[in-house]
Amino acid sequence: MKRLLIRNGRVIDPSQGLDQGMDVLLENGSVAALGERLDVPSETRVLDAAGLVVAPGFIDLHTHLREPGFEHKETIESGCRAAVAGGFTSLCCMPDTNPVNDEPSVTSFIRKRAEQIGLARVYPVGAVSVGLEGEEMAEIGEMVGAGAVAISDDRRPVTNAQLFRRVLEYARSFDIPVAAHEEDLDLSDGGSMHEGAVSTRIGLRGMPTSAEEVMVARDVLLAELTGGRLHLCHLSTSTALDLVRTAKQRGLAVSCEVAAHQFVLTDEDVAGANYNPNWKTNPPLRSAAEVEAVLQAIYDGTVDAIVSDHEPHHADEKELDFSDAPFGIVGLETAVPLALDRLVHGRVIGLMQLVRLMSTRPAEVFGLPGGSLREGAPADVTVLDLRALRSVDSSTFRSRAHNTPFSGMRLKGWPAATIVGGEIVWQSK
Amino acid sequence: MGRTVARMAAEILERDGDSLMLVGIHTRGIPLADRLARALREATGCEVPVGRLDITLYRDDVGPWRPAHQQPVLKKTVLPDFIDDQVIYLVDDVLFTGRTIRAALDTLADWGRPTAVRLAVLIDRGHRELPIAADVVGKALDTTRDEDVQVRLAEVDGEDGVWIGREADNGG
Amino acid sequence: MVVESATALARKDVVGISQLDAGEIQLILDTAEELLDVAKRPIKKVPTLRGSTVVNLFMEPSTRTRFSFEVAEKRLSADTLNFSASGSSVSKGETLFDTAQNLMAMAPDFIVIRHPNSGAPHRLAQEVPASIINAGDGINEHPTQALLDAFTMRQHFGSLEGLKVVVAGDIRHSRVARSNAFLLAKMGAEVRFVAPASLLPLEVEELGVITFVRLEPALEDADVVMMLRIQLERQKRVNFPSMREYFDFFALTPERLKLAADRAVVLHPGPMNRGVEIDSLVADGSQSLILEQVTNGVAIRMAILYLLAGGPSEAASDS
Repeated sequence: MKRLLIRNGRVIDPSQGLDQGMDVLLENGSVAALGERLDVPSETRVLDAAGLVVAPGFIDLHTHLREPGFEHKETIESGCRAAVAGGFTSLCCMPDTNPVNDEPSVTSFIRKRAEQIGLARVYPVGAVSVGLEGEEMAEIGEMVGAGAVAISDDRRPVTNAQLFRRVLEYARSFDIPVAAHEEDLDLSDGGSMHEGAVSTRIGLRGMPTSAEEVMVARDVLLAELTGGRLHLCHLSTSTALDLVRTAKQRGLAVSCEVAAHQFVLTDEDVAGANYNPNWKTNPPLRSAAEVEAVLQAIYDGTVDAIVSDHEPHHADEKELDFSDAPFGIVGLETAVPLALDRLVHGRVIGLMQLVRLMSTRPAEVFGLPGGSLREGAPADVTVLDLRALRSVDSSTFRSRAHNTPFSGMRLKGWPAATIVGGEIVWQSK
Repeated sequence: MGRTVARMAAEILERDGDSLMLVGIHTRGIPLADRLARALREATGCEVPVGRLDITLYRDDVGPWRPAHQQPVLKKTVLPDFIDDQVIYLVDDVLFTGRTIRAALDTLADWGRPTAVRLAVLIDRGHRELPIAADVVGKALDTTRDEDVQVRLAEVDGEDGVWIGREADNGG
Repeated sequence: MVVESATALARKDVVGISQLDAGEIQLILDTAEELLDVAKRPIKKVPTLRGSTVVNLFMEPSTRTRFSFEVAEKRLSADTLNFSASGSSVSKGETLFDTAQNLMAMAPDFIVIRHPNSGAPHRLAQEVPASIINAGDGINEHPTQALLDAFTMRQHFGSLEGLKVVVAGDIRHSRVARSNAFLLAKMGAEVRFVAPASLLPLEVEELGVITFVRLEPALEDADVVMMLRIQLERQKRVNFPSMREYFDFFALTPERLKLAADRAVVLHPGPMNRGVEIDSLVADGSQSLILEQVTNGVAIRMAILYLLAGGPSEAASDS
């Protein structure tokens, strides 16, 4: 009988509209009781959460775990360690592994490996197309049977509109969302940062906002045509977010996510980084105006989830020149403090909305268990210390990779403890 | 009507006894065959098998010979037994040109090889177009070609009787 | 719903179920019922269409349908001429119209046509005086198949009204599904289309059907389960991923068949892909009427030939 009592914390649960001081009792992997000053038997482990926030476990809908195939960048184990240290109890991992997760044996392998490791819950996202080539539909039904919760060709767009349409339709038989990396490759044309005044100034080829916008427009129209569930990955432009806003008003099953770095850094920061590829992301870090629109969309509920878009790369790869280096930065261990610092302390949104964006809403969008501390819910809890003030130190990262632009940044608000299935899998010192 | 049927049954009995099969031709040949079977049963106590024949598919005026869209509706053919080595009595209400009987003979030929085929009709109105003759006739009538002769039977028409009219308004 | 049979088929051609009304459908079924007996006789032939000429114009490969039509034609004593696409004038670029004109020089009474393009029989019916029977046009209709399916269902259940019929497979490309939907709707049956949405035409509810994207929910209390052949075109694995996946989620297995009504029967237009859309145990099982469909197909085709026969008339052909 595993019992854990989280005492004296400020419980924030958007699924029940709760924001008050309460005790939370976890028993045998589920939430057993919520209440003020709960009485518990003596063989109960107690976690004192005085002065801390107690929320349903945070769920990252967009991570790259790199195993199988790219273990030099990250493994499922190191990724899970990074996740729980970053306050996440669950993650969804993208299929761009080697072999690609386009069939049930790979899906199964990832799930089982994560279960073996026993830290965060891992929900694989299966491929849309065989080999991510964008030509033939992958065995979606089989992958769902093996535990896939969504499908995506991230980090590639599905260029063939007919294939994407048929996938949106086919996925309806399995009631899963299709997550899309929205980029018109012809328009982004070998660029490495946002196309605008800054790219012109510092002499780098740019990726215009239209590269994202035209694909978002296309896919929202296809979602309407097919009645399928569309989830847009890591959006970064105001127009794309406008399209989502309108789509939702019209009742379409469209959702979207934003990566934490997209509301913190701008293209000016890229300029200030002296061509360091740790500032190279896809979609790229945009202009201040776009970032402003992202913050607005977070505020007004257009955005459904904040994700890490964790893309670990080996140090050697990020030593390359800016144009040659791969896109992407790690995010599992910085997403939560960035969100707490810039959004909550930055007074863009309240704590309830933040928990909704990082737990409740992600669970709803992908149909995952969790996102709630209701009685019977899984015993996954994220404990936060809003007052903690620390600098980001990549040398303490559990991730194998350290490609982050945030080193040395002083942030207020950090995870304090992470509980999965009633076990404390990470706790800050 | 009843006496005529009884007399026909007696004639059949005299000729072939009771080892025969009665086959009525749609439409009114069928109740007639049933009545003959009943009369034979009353006389001998034996059950004579009764079948029914639809000759539509063998008519000489269907298919390509018909004007378009006027194929007659098909009806059921049921023969209770193999017809080989049996004496078959075809039964019909009116014998006129003989073409119906010709079609009936062709139909039977595709079903087997009876020992003999005989014809029993209620009314023989003459005007043969083929060399066909009835073995048992209920009543012979002298009619003109354009007259219309209709037999009505209680089982089909609600009453028994024979009508002769000019200017036929419906075919048999 | 009481359907009064028509007394005759007052039309030159049978190009689709769309053009037929319930009374005409009933007449065809009733006529076929009588013609079924011809196959049971010692001499399986009647002289009714002696001297008539039927051209089987099959511009798309087919063995079973053409064979079935040939048997029907011969049982009615008609003369048959077979014309297939390969090695013909058509493969040398002759249009359908020119081919038909050439055929008409031999004065056929009937042309039975199967063509890869939707609407070809309809156009042909307008151009030539022969009676046109559609043996399958593109993804549009296959009226004789729907009629023999309906006949089989009626033979088993006594009536079509109120029957719950599931049709599962690549609906978007299936003329069999469409003709069946048209016919069953006219005769008062409930039609349920089952396919992943990538294999359903847009707004298919227009045809008066209920749609399902999984097989299990559609099977509940179903009386008839009709499985359509599934093909994976090599170049375009765009609509569904693999045969294995199709079988795992959409095939009629004995377990899934149990979800249907106890009295449920199984149909398939053939040829079957065993282990893809249908499990062999089901295809060969006690609830399968697949072989009856083949027998009934000959009777239905005989019925149509019989009812359309006749000399020339002024009745305009339907398009």
